[in-house]
Amino acid sequence: MGTYITFPELLLWLPLLGGIACFFMKEERSVKAWSLVIALLILAVSVATLFYTDGKYATYNNVNYIWLKYLGNSFYIGLDGASRLLTFLTAIGFPLIFLATYKNKYKNPASFYGLMLLSQAGLMGVFISMDALLFYFFWELALIPVYFLCSSWGGERRIPATFKFFVYTFVGSLLMLVGIIYVYLHTGQRSFEDGTISAHSFALSSFYNASLSAADQNWLFWLFFAAFAVKMPVFPFHTWQPDTYDQAPTSVTMVLSGIMVKMGLFGVIRWLIPILPLATIKFTHIVMILSIAGMIYASFLALVQDNLKKLVAYSSIAHIGLMCAAIFAMNELSVQGVMLQMFNHGINIIGLWIVIDMIEQQTGVKHISKLRGIAIKAPILTIMLVIIALANIALPLTNAFVGEFMMFAGLFAYNTWYAVAAIISIILAAIYTLNMIRKIFYGDTNSLTENMKDISFNQQLVLGLIVVLIFIMGVYPQPVIDLTKSAVTNLLKI
Amino acid sequence: MNAIIFSAAWGIVMMFSGVFIKSKQAPVYLAITGILLLFCVNGFELYYGHSFFNINTHDMLRTSSFNLSFLAVVFGCTLIYFLLSGSDIKKVGEHVGEYFALIFFVLCGVALSATFNTLLLLFLGIEIISIPLYILTGSSKLNLKSNEASLKYFLMGAFSTGIMLMGIAFIYGGNTAASFYINNITLGSGPAPVMIIVGMVFLVISLSFKVSAAPFHFWAPDVYDGAPTVFTSFMSTIVKVASFFAFVRLFENAFGNIQNQWQTLIVFIIIATLLFGNITAIFQQSVKRMLAYSSIAQAGFMLFAVFAINDRAREGLILYSAAYSIASIGIFAVLAKMNDYTIEGFNGMAKEHPVLAACCTIFLLSLTGIPLTAGFQSKFFMLMAAVQNGHSFWLVIVAVLFAAISAYYYFRIIQAMYFKDTETPISFNDHISKGFRFMLAVSASLIIILGIFPELLLGWLYH
Repeated sequence: MGTYITFPELLLWLPLLGGIACFFMKEERSVKAWSLVIALLILAVSVATLFYTDGKYATYNNVNYIWLKYLGNSFYIGLDGASRLLTFLTAIGFPLIFLATYKNKYKNPASFYGLMLLSQAGLMGVFISMDALLFYFFWELALIPVYFLCSSWGGERRIPATFKFFVYTFVGSLLMLVGIIYVYLHTGQRSFEDGTISAHSFALSSFYNASLSAADQNWLFWLFFAAFAVKMPVFPFHTWQPDTYDQAPTSVTMVLSGIMVKMGLFGVIRWLIPILPLATIKFTHIVMILSIAGMIYASFLALVQDNLKKLVAYSSIAHIGLMCAAIFAMNELSVQGVMLQMFNHGINIIGLWIVIDMIEQQTGVKHISKLRGIAIKAPILTIMLVIIALANIALPLTNAFVGEFMMFAGLFAYNTWYAVAAIISIILAAIYTLNMIRKIFYGDTNSLTENMKDISFNQQLVLGLIVVLIFIMGVYPQPVIDLTKSAVTNLLKI
Repeated sequence: MNAIIFSAAWGIVMMFSGVFIKSKQAPVYLAITGILLLFCVNGFELYYGHSFFNINTHDMLRTSSFNLSFLAVVFGCTLIYFLLSGSDIKKVGEHVGEYFALIFFVLCGVALSATFNTLLLLFLGIEIISIPLYILTGSSKLNLKSNEASLKYFLMGAFSTGIMLMGIAFIYGGNTAASFYINNITLGSGPAPVMIIVGMVFLVISLSFKVSAAPFHFWAPDVYDGAPTVFTSFMSTIVKVASFFAFVRLFENAFGNIQNQWQTLIVFIIIATLLFGNITAIFQQSVKRMLAYSSIAQAGFMLFAVFAINDRAREGLILYSAAYSIASIGIFAVLAKMNDYTIEGFNGMAKEHPVLAACCTIFLLSLTGIPLTAGFQSKFFMLMAAVQNGHSFWLVIVAVLFAAISAYYYFRIIQAMYFKDTETPISFNDHISKGFRFMLAVSASLIIILGIFPELLLGWLYH
């Protein structure tokens, strides 16, 4: 191990230390500027990681410190294709969020931005840890700042809504912990450089080679799946989500829906399927049926929602359901599609929330029935939203089209009927999204919307960036596919 | 050996300090000196492997790195307890020196019950722990609740002592070797002799009483609630983990070979304890009572050490003792300074006293078992021990579900401190000094440090 600092360390320590530093700042302006600078620095590091993918840079991309050696656990963080993609999403998401909400006023801003950066550190940790215990650590730690953020700065019913969210995820992760312990006790021994030998090991590679019988895998599968299903969320574990999205402050909702739900998908890809391949094959149908039922169910609920935030929440459940089903289809096309779509969904939904936040900030309401005619007052906002919304329903030329097309192609290859059922939700998505646009943007203005102003320069910049990303990824997704190719083929080898 | 003699001697010093020193502050300093000394002499024995005293105990006492490192944890926690709550002990009544003397006698009992190798010394240790506690519980002389608690504790304690003696008698009778040595009990092959089984069940009952495991826990909430808060803090943490340690050592050394014959009994006790402790804690309005029930719930987790009895269980017990004691002592120290014991009393603490609120949050997160805190590591080791044991795997899943329930009542305090506002400022019965805040912060950082590097503590075991 050299003396230089490596990429994964930077990705982890920058937000962690930057976040802690925030707590000691007094002025709102300096806190905002500081957190934006830190977020941009992280983005710069993350962009750099995309260029050092070659095997000869392995020492820059992996760090392995001995941590609890009697247990065979080490502080092992590293970057591979999938984690590069998701750390990049995390790195790009936070500056966008900070920029878009730069004008928002928070009581006690130092704590707010500090906790935001800490949650970023937790998310980064989840995506880069190569050790099961470390993964569990970050999995829980990403939750704690978000819990405080939602409970302190959220809407009226924030405390019960956030606590529901906390308990759901906490139960899920504890069950996963039991699963991790069981798998751990079936791994082989590990010897460290300093000569210590431990009977078992927490390393990811040892988990992949754990000797688990088919019977063990069957119930272990559900312990792990519980944690990931709650996080995604997959029907019927989704009930925390609309409430939490509705009650959380918008910038936290962006983190939750844009990045945090990817933790669940990522968990399935890295920590569930490769460790328990036999059980995965056995339970594929159940998971698919749950995901697809959830998609259709959530789409119908979105159809009748009057609350804008809940509408987006349900549409997000439908999208995640599709991604979950596509992972379990287990062919190259579908899994590659999921990789693409994880990134695209993150970008698109952050864009959607930004628009909703602007509307709510200006008018004070989030109900579709109370809003009309915004297009007259805010034309730029409208154009941006229409593009993002079209991307959300996967129109060609937009980023989501490529991803969803690949996922559907993969699903068709796996089972035609599942694919057909899943397509219903896409049709419904078009209906509710276009309906929402028609109702709130067109027609005459009413008393609430008549004084609306168009968006500020900051917001134009952010939404413009998102729109550019949408088109770039829609026309030329090849870089992402190249980036994650090895991860996908590794997964499918099992 | 060092610890037993020094703690008894220092207890006598403390007792006489009341006669010669009139100041109320001096005994606190004297006690802190004493506990530091105790920590050092015990540390000496742990590191160099021999005691200052060369007494032939006929193998009735046995020291090992396991029980010496446990004692180090106990003395360390008592040190933190004195530093945080010393000024509150001073306020309980007139005889400050004597309270400390009683605490040192309890520590002597703890040292005995941690190193015993015969049933007789186990009995002596447990009794030496209990009797001073009856007095401490009733030390708030003019308070009716304190008197009631003391009497209740004494009656129930005496009853369980009787059961323990009965159990010891049965085991002695059933033992062909006719000895009290715990590693010398005739268990035979196949089912153990009836006399031994009966004696063992009696021992389980009396020890469950001491560690407040259900269904023998009914005394605990009333006693913990009635006793002066500073002494509740001591009883529900250090004394409790010491009884656990005796429990584990007894079952490991005496009945380890017939684990399959008593494991079901322990499983029943674990489930009952987790159920009663967690469910009742949810409905409490007083933080003190809530902590009393939560300490029962935590006992359910500690019982995993008895259930599993393996390396991980031993490590887990040491960690659990430290993590649970430090966190509870910290919260009790804050509570002892408050006038309003209801959960609403904590409303808005984060704004007025950010350091207190942040430290309490860390303690509560640790009790819940969130990673990065010592509480997580201890629960993690306990779960690992239970899974490794291989029997009753479902029990582990039940336990984690109860751990999730415990989040409900611990987080109520966090919610009160951070997310709720209050019109009236929080009233304290004492000045919150800089030193107190500093000590609280030190304890909270200890929790975090142990949460990241539990091997700092476990390293003692493998010294």
